[in-house]
Amino acid sequence: MALATIIQNEFDQILANWMRDQGREGVRRTDVVSARESEAQSRELLQALARALRDTRSDDTFDFSNPGWDPVREALEHISQTRTESGVSPTEMAWFIASIKQSIFTILSQRNADDPKLLIDQVWMVTKIVDQMALHAISAYVDQREAIIERQQSEMTEVSAPVVKIWDRIVTVPLLGTVDSFRAQTVMENLLQAIVEREAEVAIIDITGVSTVDTMVAQHLLKTAAAVRLMGAECVISGISPKIAQTIVHLGVDLPNVVTRGDLQSGLSYAFERLGVKIGG
Amino acid sequence: MNAMDRIGASAIKRTKFVTAVSEIARNALIYGGGGVMTFHLHKLAGRPSVLAECVDHGPGIADVDRALQDGYTTGKGLGLGLSGARRLVDRFAIETLPGEGTTVIMECGAR
Repeated sequence: MALATIIQNEFDQILANWMRDQGREGVRRTDVVSARESEAQSRELLQALARALRDTRSDDTFDFSNPGWDPVREALEHISQTRTESGVSPTEMAWFIASIKQSIFTILSQRNADDPKLLIDQVWMVTKIVDQMALHAISAYVDQREAIIERQQSEMTEVSAPVVKIWDRIVTVPLLGTVDSFRAQTVMENLLQAIVEREAEVAIIDITGVSTVDTMVAQHLLKTAAAVRLMGAECVISGISPKIAQTIVHLGVDLPNVVTRGDLQSGLSYAFERLGVKIGG
Repeated sequence: MNAMDRIGASAIKRTKFVTAVSEIARNALIYGGGGVMTFHLHKLAGRPSVLAECVDHGPGIADVDRALQDGYTTGKGLGLGLSGARRLVDRFAIETLPGEGTTVIMECGAR
C-alpha cells in the first residue's frame, strides 16, 4: 500500500499515537502549549503532510522546496511562531516534529508487513521528510528569533537616545552605556532634529552614564558639538566625572569650543545663565 | 574588567586601563585587520598588575615613532589612540614588523 494512502486512511490512528508519543517522550510542554492547542497544531501539520504526500511524488525526486510542500512549510512556520512566542526551546521544537516518526512507522509496519522492501523504502522516505520538516521548523524558529532581536535592537536604539526639552529653548540628551559609531550617529541626528523642532538654543549632552570615553567617543562628541554650533545653538557636555576627566587629559584629547560641566545641574545652570533665565527663590 | 577587580584596582585605574584597551583593540581591528587580546595577572615592581597583550597580523606600522606622536594618523581618527593609550597605562611596549603585524603590551597596576 502506498505511503500517501496509508496516511490518508489511518489519519486518526496516526494522530492519536503521535499525541500519545508526545506525552511519553516528554516533548509536550503543557505549561506553555495547552493540550488542545498542541492537538490542533499536530492535526494541522499531519493534514498538511497527508495532502503534500497525495499531491507530490514521494520517490527519489522528493524535494522539500517543491510547491506541493508549501502547506507543510506554512504549517511548520505557524507552529514555530506560536511556540517561539511562548518560549519553547529549539530542541523541544525539533523533538515535537521528530516524534511523529514512531506513529507513522508503527502503522507502516502493520500495513506492509508482507513487503519488507516497500516497508524499508517507505521508512526511509518518511525519515527524509520528517528530517526536512524538523530542519525547516528550526530554521523558521531561528528566523523568528532574529526578527525579534532585530525589532528589539531598533527599539533600543530609539529609546537609547531620547532628546528631551527640559526648559524653554534647552534640550538635553542623556547618554548611557557604550557609545558606538551607530549610536553616536543616532544621537547626533536626534539632537539636531530636536534643535530645529524645539527651537533650542542650548543642547546639553549628559554623559554621566557613559562608562568609558576613548578617542572615538570623544571624536563623536566633538563632531556632534560642531554640528550643533553650525545650527546656531551652543553645545554643553555635562556629567564629566573625575575618572573621565583624567582619562581624557591623559589621552590628550582637547575639547575646544565646547562648554563642559561636571554634572547635569551645572550644565543646566550654565544654560540658564546663557539664556538669561531667572529662577525664583 | 574582571582582572582589574581581581587585583583590587581603583576606579580611576580601571577606567584608564579599559580606555587604553579600547584604543588598542580598535587599532588592531581597523588597521591590523583584527587580532587577539589576552589578559594576564602579572607583577609590576613587586605589586599585582594586569597585563594585556594585543596581537594582530596586519601590515604593521611603518614608522612607530611617528605613530606615537600626538595627532598623527593615517586614518580618520584623532591620532591620539596609540599615544594616549601609552599615557594611560604604567607600562607600554610596542613591537611591529612591516608585513608581519603588530604586538602591543600594556600593563597597569592597582593604584
